[in-house]
Amino acid sequence: MSNAETSVSPEVAQRAADAKDRLNEHTLKTVHWHFSDETGSPFWLQKKSELNFDPLKDVKGFDDLKKFPHFEDEWLRGGPVNRWVPKGHAGKPTYVFETGGTTGIPKSRVVLEDHWKDYELFSDTLPDEYFPRNSNWLMLGPSGPRRLRLAVEHLAQHRGGICFCIDLDPRWVVKLIKKGWMEHLEEYKKHCIDQAVTVLTAGHDIKCMFATPKLLESLGEALEEKGTSLPEVGITGIFSGGTEFTPQWTKFCVEELLGGSPEEGGVYMTPTYGNTLMGLACSKPVTAADGYKISYYAPQPRAVTEVVSFDDYDQVVGYGETGRVKLYTLTDEFFVPGFMERDEGEREAPFNTYPWDGVSGVRPFHELASATTVGVY
Amino acid sequence: MITLSPLRWGKPYESLDFTNVVHFDTGEPIAKIGNVGGGIVGRDMRLAHKAREALLQLTPADLIDKCKIAAKLFETGTLSVGDSQQTVDDFVHQQSASTGLPEHMCRSNMQKNSFVLSNMDQILDCLTRGLDLSILSRGYGEEGRGVTVSFQSQTPVLGAVLPNNSPGVHTLWLPAIPLQVGLALKPGSQEPWTPYRMVSAFIEAGVPAEAFGLYPGGHDAGGAIMTKTPRSMIFGSAQTVAQHAGNPKVQAHGPGFSKILIADDVVDQWESFLDVMVESVLSNSGRSCINCSGIWASRHTKEIAQAIAERIGPVDVTPPSDPEAKLAAFTVPAMATGTHAMVQQDLAESGVEDMTAAFGEKLIERDHCAYLRPMVVHADSPDRQVASKEYMFPFVSVVQCPEKDMLNRIGPTLVGTVLTRNESLIEAAGACVEIDRLNIGPIATNRLNWLQPHEGNIIDFLFRSRAYQIAEIS
Repeated sequence: MSNAETSVSPEVAQRAADAKDRLNEHTLKTVHWHFSDETGSPFWLQKKSELNFDPLKDVKGFDDLKKFPHFEDEWLRGGPVNRWVPKGHAGKPTYVFETGGTTGIPKSRVVLEDHWKDYELFSDTLPDEYFPRNSNWLMLGPSGPRRLRLAVEHLAQHRGGICFCIDLDPRWVVKLIKKGWMEHLEEYKKHCIDQAVTVLTAGHDIKCMFATPKLLESLGEALEEKGTSLPEVGITGIFSGGTEFTPQWTKFCVEELLGGSPEEGGVYMTPTYGNTLMGLACSKPVTAADGYKISYYAPQPRAVTEVVSFDDYDQVVGYGETGRVKLYTLTDEFFVPGFMERDEGEREAPFNTYPWDGVSGVRPFHELASATTVGVY
Repeated sequence: MITLSPLRWGKPYESLDFTNVVHFDTGEPIAKIGNVGGGIVGRDMRLAHKAREALLQLTPADLIDKCKIAAKLFETGTLSVGDSQQTVDDFVHQQSASTGLPEHMCRSNMQKNSFVLSNMDQILDCLTRGLDLSILSRGYGEEGRGVTVSFQSQTPVLGAVLPNNSPGVHTLWLPAIPLQVGLALKPGSQEPWTPYRMVSAFIEAGVPAEAFGLYPGGHDAGGAIMTKTPRSMIFGSAQTVAQHAGNPKVQAHGPGFSKILIADDVVDQWESFLDVMVESVLSNSGRSCINCSGIWASRHTKEIAQAIAERIGPVDVTPPSDPEAKLAAFTVPAMATGTHAMVQQDLAESGVEDMTAAFGEKLIERDHCAYLRPMVVHADSPDRQVASKEYMFPFVSVVQCPEKDMLNRIGPTLVGTVLTRNESLIEAAGACVEIDRLNIGPIATNRLNWLQPHEGNIIDFLFRSRAYQIAEIS
């Protein structure tokens, strides 16, 4: 049974209406950027000719994005990667970030500054008490051609700190699992955790960190085996994400790894939800009183999440109802007019901090769940 | 609806993550199980020594007495299981409802577990070859020949990743408690009933609750039990067994490929063994590793196959409450359809014949489950693929094979019943390392003598014999 928030006060309703106006305006601007001959990317300008409507005339607000066919992430496999760079940004320094790619061609997304902007917005949500300005960070997550490493490093720098990183190749992890080489998997996990423990105990004054849930769990365990703990080595703020995040895991993490709530244990942990396509959705503060429920809210209007019916991906479900997560990315660097994420969850009502829809109980989409491999990371 | 919570060294844990256990035929939820992840398991395993310390407060003799009390409670009592009081009938209904096993088979498995528990003194006496159990408890002692012997416990707890649908296997971990070794169990998602009821019976009988951990969950929890306990057992497929082959920390139990070999000196009187063959194939709905999946003989194989087919081919689906029910349901219908497809592939090979073809459709599909009716196939040579197959329903291949080739061709065989009076064949069968449990003479493969080790001696698994020398300090 869902325990999603379903009621909205008149004040929040007004703020939600204002937010929707801003979203409509932002959508209009974004669509014009991506479909104008002067500024659009070769990919979208080519796609425009295949559409049975004119995005420049027929998209007047966010709801008109439903006129587009669903974004297929398969389009991101293979090159030339430059076709994704909007002409309006031609010549600027450009990153490419990859996702997938354990076998075959990975999906690639070009980025100029989106990862910085997303994480600067996220930074505004972090409490300074637990994520102190000018303190150093540890990035304990996938490295290599992934957005996360650079994004977290930027977050640390944006807040005045320096970020320590480890090497972690998730493609090798997935291969180890598929081959059934569980001893190798354990050793690789240990190899990653050893690097983190070394950094954390080397006197670098690291107070904040990113870790995937599994790595955070392993790190906590490794520290405890050495007779210390995350709080004892000085960690006060953790943001975690990258893989499925459940209330039960959060309960375990808060109550057992971190010694209780931030007030009790001195460590604040916040779950996040995101991917290379969308960016980063923040969580409403998670508390024991609320059953460690995790509700995510996208950084609207740059990105939007909807919870849509399993039978009709253009139909948003009612508050508290279950559906598949649909993502939109609306930045001047990247345009995603509705991508069906491999997750499902319950639709959450707007609230004061985030006056737009959220999603809670995020878990692998039941029709695809068996194909999901989550290993070390 | 009953709620089963994880148990962390005797203390119930309130999980926020639940899995529903549903009725195999109606899909209705009958229980919900709280899950934990590998982090909690790993954390608890760091305190595993406390489980053994709690058990060491009692003597092995005390614990054996408590096993006998627990056996009675398990088989006849009303026990606290999860948030409910569970009678024997509740247990039987619940287990049948989630595993698809007919109720009388659930009762039979219950009796088997209870029998092992109530005869624990004899079982341990046999498995230790009469060793004074206080030597295991203390770690060393005098056996009576003027020589110090030492058996060092290799683990404070035995971990076990238990199967989903085979309530009979639980006998294998029961001896841990009187051996003063704690238990960290991951119950099967469809068969949590036996471990939960058994642990409740142990605690009610006076065994310290701190000795028990029950960790329902996914692969993550199972993996943590396997990696964090120095000795564990797992039940799974041939692939699972292969994955752990050669790992002294893990006892992996998988398919049995149990067989009956009929030697040339008695094969002409094969009809007198028909009851043994039918029971070996059909008992427990053919679901166990000790069910016979191959009958090998040099001649009369078609007649043998035909005779077995006539006995088991007509067996049909009946309600689980039917005291004569012979077939268990596949609670995951795709397993039945997948198995059926594999059998069809086997039958497509030249030299393989379905001897039960005349007895109607084998795959019976229902809304939430499916059944496979018994099958007997004849293979004209051990070269046929089907000769080395085992499926989770009453299925046997009767294989034509010269006696001189049998032991070289049978492959891994958990239970091998060899029907012969030929001393040289008996000797060769005794030396054949492919056979784990050897029966000489007409003993059904499913009839296990619990006074004998099963897939390795648990004493050797949990304890290591080593040197221990003592000299007085002057």
